[in-house]
Amino acid sequence: MAGRARKTKQLSPPPAGLAKCPTGIHGLDEITLGGLPRGRPTLVCGGAGCGKTLLGMEFLVRGATDFNEPGVCLSFEETAEELAANVASLGFDVNTLIAQKKLAIDHIYIERSLIEETGEYDLEALFVRLGYALDSIGARRVLLDSIEALFAGLDDEGILRSELRRLFRWLKERGLTAIVTGERGLNTLTRHGLEEYISDCVILLDHRVTDTVLTRRLRVVKYRGSTHGTNEYPFLIEDDGISVLPVTSADLKHAASAERISSGVPVLDAMLGGKGYFRGSSILVSGTAGTGKTSLTAHFVDAACARGETCAFFSLEESPAQLIRNMRSIGIDLGLWVEKGLLQFHAARPTAFGLEAHLVKIHRIVRDVAPSIVVVDPVTGLLNSGTASEARSMLLRLIDFLKQNQITTLMTTLTGGSDALEQTEVNISSLVDAWLLLRDIESGGERNRGLYILKARGIAHSNQIREFLLTDRGVELREVYLGEAGLLTGSARVTQEAKDASEALAARQEIERRQFLLERKRKALDAQIAALQLDLETEEQESRQLIAQDEVKVNKWEEDRSQMARSRAPQTDIEEGAGRNAKTRGGRK
Amino acid sequence: MTKPERPGGKDPRAKWELTLYVAGQTAKSLVAFANLKRICEEHLAGEYHIEVVDLLKNPQLAKGDQILALPTLVRKLPEPVRKIIGDLSNTERVLVGLDLRPRTSKGGS
Repeated sequence: MAGRARKTKQLSPPPAGLAKCPTGIHGLDEITLGGLPRGRPTLVCGGAGCGKTLLGMEFLVRGATDFNEPGVCLSFEETAEELAANVASLGFDVNTLIAQKKLAIDHIYIERSLIEETGEYDLEALFVRLGYALDSIGARRVLLDSIEALFAGLDDEGILRSELRRLFRWLKERGLTAIVTGERGLNTLTRHGLEEYISDCVILLDHRVTDTVLTRRLRVVKYRGSTHGTNEYPFLIEDDGISVLPVTSADLKHAASAERISSGVPVLDAMLGGKGYFRGSSILVSGTAGTGKTSLTAHFVDAACARGETCAFFSLEESPAQLIRNMRSIGIDLGLWVEKGLLQFHAARPTAFGLEAHLVKIHRIVRDVAPSIVVVDPVTGLLNSGTASEARSMLLRLIDFLKQNQITTLMTTLTGGSDALEQTEVNISSLVDAWLLLRDIESGGERNRGLYILKARGIAHSNQIREFLLTDRGVELREVYLGEAGLLTGSARVTQEAKDASEALAARQEIERRQFLLERKRKALDAQIAALQLDLETEEQESRQLIAQDEVKVNKWEEDRSQMARSRAPQTDIEEGAGRNAKTRGGRK
Repeated sequence: MTKPERPGGKDPRAKWELTLYVAGQTAKSLVAFANLKRICEEHLAGEYHIEVVDLLKNPQLAKGDQILALPTLVRKLPEPVRKIIGDLSNTERVLVGLDLRPRTSKGGS
């Protein structure tokens, strides 16, 4: 009790004139905006076994230990020893408190068969006994549990009723804050109509079994002169008392931190605008079985613990030992942080208790441990207990509660293989700030993992899919192959990349080949041209030689002719003409 | 009227040990005491011893005998312990309560 960290929330002050008496019970003071009406009796009613007596006893014990207000219990059903033994299971050491004069228990017992009523009487002895007990320890609080037992012990109901009326007035006159318990009747709050006399504040306790799971609920039926939470609030009886789960979602007033914290995976941080998540935001990681949700979570936790932050890990599927072993296989040693006290595991099967009970438990641990990170893995387990709308509202409360405390929450959900990936979480997706989707990408006879960021409020996040690899050094995110063949991952991606490379090489070689061919052709043609040129030159030369020879011949012949002419002298005409012709030929050359 | 006191003296041989619990001298307590004395004189003369406990003076004594209503008459002897509440104005029922008359309406011990 003493070590119980108590973070009392800032409550709006009660209206002037109505003083409140804090009960010290987790959540109840929030619902009643400060506690029970001070100096007045409060009726706590409910069926058998719903926790009336425990609530009353916690009111007294907390009063004695936390608020320095001693209390008296008038027990009409159980002896002081029985009461002490019963509440010892909640960690209340009643006997020590009695020895310290902070608590007094008086067991009032009526055996009807041993009592004969003969005429007028009153219940003054009850007042005397209560007054004596009150005065002996200076009590400020009273528990009457449960005064209706008197109806079974006494015949004269008229006297009893008037005496009860007097008793409650007497309590008020003495300024005592009292809890009066009463068994629930068929159509009335209490079997004998105690609500007639106690109308300042009435609290109704209830327990119901839904799908074999018991859920306890508490409702403030009326609270004269004060506003109060009007819903049914689930509550738990735990090893350190009662915890009521208040709805805090009515107002959206939580502060928004601009601080960013790493997701533990650098590439993912880069996808989240380079800095990671917002502190105090709620993050959902969804995916089908075996997509690495828990591994991604482990990275986040590892990074947080490495920064020296505390983390509460609610595991609903795996035992802590199993988780630690499994995460070692990807190179994350969560056991180290557990040893250092930074990481606390709380493992329980979802079916161990109802949805509300889980959430109350989370509330309580969060309040006691005050972690900066909370992980629920997987939250699906909780969603399956109770109806969808119940689950949703419960989760809403949880998220709001954690946000108000600036706690970053990471939840995982399992998507069924047959469900549409983004459908089942629609229920809760609007509640979360960031939503990562892990999915299998099946191709080429392989299943590979892909990661998207479906949403990240207030973060300029990547719209790209990344291939998600689990290696012995942790999670790695790779760019996926996006080409003509579509989206490829895993070995298909590797194959495709190799294929692309070889294709590129082949194309390069082809170009080179063509260039080589072209060059060769050019060279061949050049050679031909040179040969032809050579031919031409040869021919030209030959032709010139022939011409020269002919000229020589012609000259020679002319020379011979002229010699002959000269030698024959007058006889000429024909020879002269011939001689002219010869000359023309020679001049033409 | 008369102050409640211990009539009959401290007789160690008293067969009937009776304690009357009251809270101050209220009308009811005075009537009860008068009725008790009358009944004892009529039915248990010389065999009874009455002790009157005023809870306003000794409030701690109420716990021991589980006193709730006032006035309450407790028959301590003979065993078993019996309690009769009220001003003892119904003599018949007082006699039944003291086991001086057989029970009719209620289940006995």
